[in-house]
Amino acid sequence: MTRPALRLENIVKTFPGVRALDGVSFEVLPGEVHALMGENGAGKSTLMKVLGGIHQPNEGRILVGEEPAVMANPLEAKAKGIVFIHQELSLAEELSVAENIYLGELPRKSFGRVDWATLYARTDEILKKLKVGFDARTMVGTLSIANQQMVEIARALTVDAKAVIFDEPTASLTDSEKVVLFEVIDDLKKDGVGIIYISHRMEEIFKITDRISVLRDGEYRGTLVTKETTEDDVTQLMIGRSLDLSRNHEHAEVGDVALEVRGLSCGDLYRDISFEIRRGEVVGFYGLVGAGRTEIAETLFGLRAPSAGQILLDGEEVHLGSPVDAIARGISLVPEDRKGQGLVLGMNCRDNMTLPQVGDLTAGPFVSDGAEIAIFDQYRDKLDIRTPGWRQTVGNLSGGNQQKIVIGKWLSMHPTLLIVDEPTRGIDVGSKSEIHKLIRQLASQGYAVMVISSEMPEVLHVSDRIVAMYHGELIRTFTSDEVTEDSLIQAISGIRTDGGDKAA
Amino acid sequence: MAPGTWSTFLRRGAIWAFIALELAFFSIAGEFLSVSDKAFMNWDNMLLLLKQSAPLGIIAMGMTLIMVNGNIDLSVGAIFALAAVILLDSMTWPFMAAMGDWSFLLAWVFALLAGVALGALNGFLVWKTGVDAFIITLGAMLGFRGLVFMYNGENPTSHLNWTLVDFAEAQFLGLHTATWFLLVVTAGMWWLMNRTVHGRNAYAIGDNREAAVNAGIRVGPHMMINFMIIGFLAALSAVVFYSESGSVNPNDGMLYELWIITAVVLGGTKLTGGSGSIISTLGGVLAIQILRRGLNHIGADTSTVNLVIGLILIAVLFLDRQLNVKGKEALRI
Repeated sequence: MTRPALRLENIVKTFPGVRALDGVSFEVLPGEVHALMGENGAGKSTLMKVLGGIHQPNEGRILVGEEPAVMANPLEAKAKGIVFIHQELSLAEELSVAENIYLGELPRKSFGRVDWATLYARTDEILKKLKVGFDARTMVGTLSIANQQMVEIARALTVDAKAVIFDEPTASLTDSEKVVLFEVIDDLKKDGVGIIYISHRMEEIFKITDRISVLRDGEYRGTLVTKETTEDDVTQLMIGRSLDLSRNHEHAEVGDVALEVRGLSCGDLYRDISFEIRRGEVVGFYGLVGAGRTEIAETLFGLRAPSAGQILLDGEEVHLGSPVDAIARGISLVPEDRKGQGLVLGMNCRDNMTLPQVGDLTAGPFVSDGAEIAIFDQYRDKLDIRTPGWRQTVGNLSGGNQQKIVIGKWLSMHPTLLIVDEPTRGIDVGSKSEIHKLIRQLASQGYAVMVISSEMPEVLHVSDRIVAMYHGELIRTFTSDEVTEDSLIQAISGIRTDGGDKAA
Repeated sequence: MAPGTWSTFLRRGAIWAFIALELAFFSIAGEFLSVSDKAFMNWDNMLLLLKQSAPLGIIAMGMTLIMVNGNIDLSVGAIFALAAVILLDSMTWPFMAAMGDWSFLLAWVFALLAGVALGALNGFLVWKTGVDAFIITLGAMLGFRGLVFMYNGENPTSHLNWTLVDFAEAQFLGLHTATWFLLVVTAGMWWLMNRTVHGRNAYAIGDNREAAVNAGIRVGPHMMINFMIIGFLAALSAVVFYSESGSVNPNDGMLYELWIITAVVLGGTKLTGGSGSIISTLGGVLAIQILRRGLNHIGADTSTVNLVIGLILIAVLFLDRQLNVKGKEALRI
């Protein structure tokens, strides 16, 4: 058997309170395309950061060829021949393609001059290999996202790469661009480079990979030979739990339709979306990152104008031009980025909670302390927020309590529709179930709740109905009684199966 | 035409179109309003205009580098004054006086070294403390100005060296000495920014600092070199200006930093870094100088000049924003 190009042995990485990687081992052979799969949060990105020198493993070792490799930073990883093609591009837009490709390593002449002739010649040679339609002098900012990605790939070709890691490379590519990408991967393969290919798209995985390794909850779950396996086997390995994991079965009393969306579109971000949410109902939106869920929430909160379609609140069509409109109409958004968008971290608990309505809590020209404290006390008790007092700075609270402050803030505005984007991101396991309980409680109190989550157990656990999205399209709506993990995974991978209305 | 070329052309060319507009306006308005009967676009007048652009222009070239790099330097006016004090005072030192007229060459060296050292101090603090360049150089602006006052109190520092004055007032191929300095600095900085690895790295760092770090560029030392360059240029500007005038007030060079930043921004350099051009900065410097002289020519007073330049700066940046936002998806907040 040939020597592996890259070998991971028993990698363990812990963060305070979390064991992100728990003894992961696998190897990539030269000339092999090796898929790495796992649900969101399974540990793929942590593993990649360990490989890229951003994190140091607590235990275990990495071998490049036969040499044990310790990488203190991204540069050392690159020097050892481990190259990343990131999903998020890291390019300087105002510089030329050539300068980006050789950033930090521009060829020099005397007096520190750039050797442009060499630079352009080398770059054009690489670009020719990639068969792209631009040349070395093109400014990166004028290129499409797909072409910018080609620039990243070209960067990988400048070093003597032992292993190239593609992280969701096709996320923003068109079909014809994918063909070119696969040809490039094929060429790398022929040159004996080991390739790690991270993707959620089964179709691609089965088309181009040789083997598939699966991570779940930070643990290595096994490697399958692509030719001898099926999508079901892989899914099984990824989910791994008994298929009847706590789905939500207790439905609250469902009232009138609070929100109805008809044929809503917003450019390429999402297309022709129709659904409704009733009072007393939790509707979960599940899909991969980039499926268009957050963008729909932003439209409903007045942050992003739709290009077509209608939004109806309590049966009446509304136009939401700004968050001010949305809040006035009774729509609240608990954002995904709690610390960045949801809270003013340096302010105290009370002030954060009363922020949207502080203009109404006045006695004469002054803000009334008493009225503010009354609201804080009410929601502290209702949501069981654990804090020493309202003076506590929000930044010092735990994630779970911070999230409750944000939820309390919006409940105190008496909304009709509460949108919660990634309700438990960065929250520890114990508080997670509390937040889940809270969401169910809110439904039973008659709120219409829209939950966006990338975690399947969470969606299953809190939702009365689940909307599966793929690439800006609503693939299918499931009721919690009919949904299975298999069918849900297939739906968010773009596979349409019969059963259920498309627009519920 | 590739996408973006048109708006790039507009951004790069706009400053020159603006200059043409200014010249046309003042030529015509001058016919009716001017108290003198000389035309605005008189040859001598234009030569003088170039000469007067030199002190701000020389520093503006350094500021372009600093701003493309994603920093800012507010201390240039104070460095300018301190270098001037050192230049003039050092010629009165006994051992220098003993050297006769040619001691000014050594005085230049002292002044320029002082500029480099003060710039290095700024750059070192930005590098090692991680505090924003705005804050560091704001402190430096106050501190260096304090040194100027400590040197000679409220009194001016003066020394006239006639060899030096002759040199400064000379004209070569029709252009004044100061103008030549401006042109050489412009050419040199253009070469640095467009042709050297250091210059291209400056763009990369200002555009996407993380990408630059990941590519192995040592950002801290790079920035320090840039601050040394602008310190040198601020001192050079003082050398050029005070060689001729021979007397420096402790308040000289105040608000220079703001005029310089205005010129650089008018020339299209982004405050956020990553984009800017030396040639356009030259345009920005000339545009401001033409405006000052032109308004003077038609009889407006200084306060009007400041008001007009302020309005034009805001109008230009608004236009630039409109051009840049167009075509990009605007997320309304």
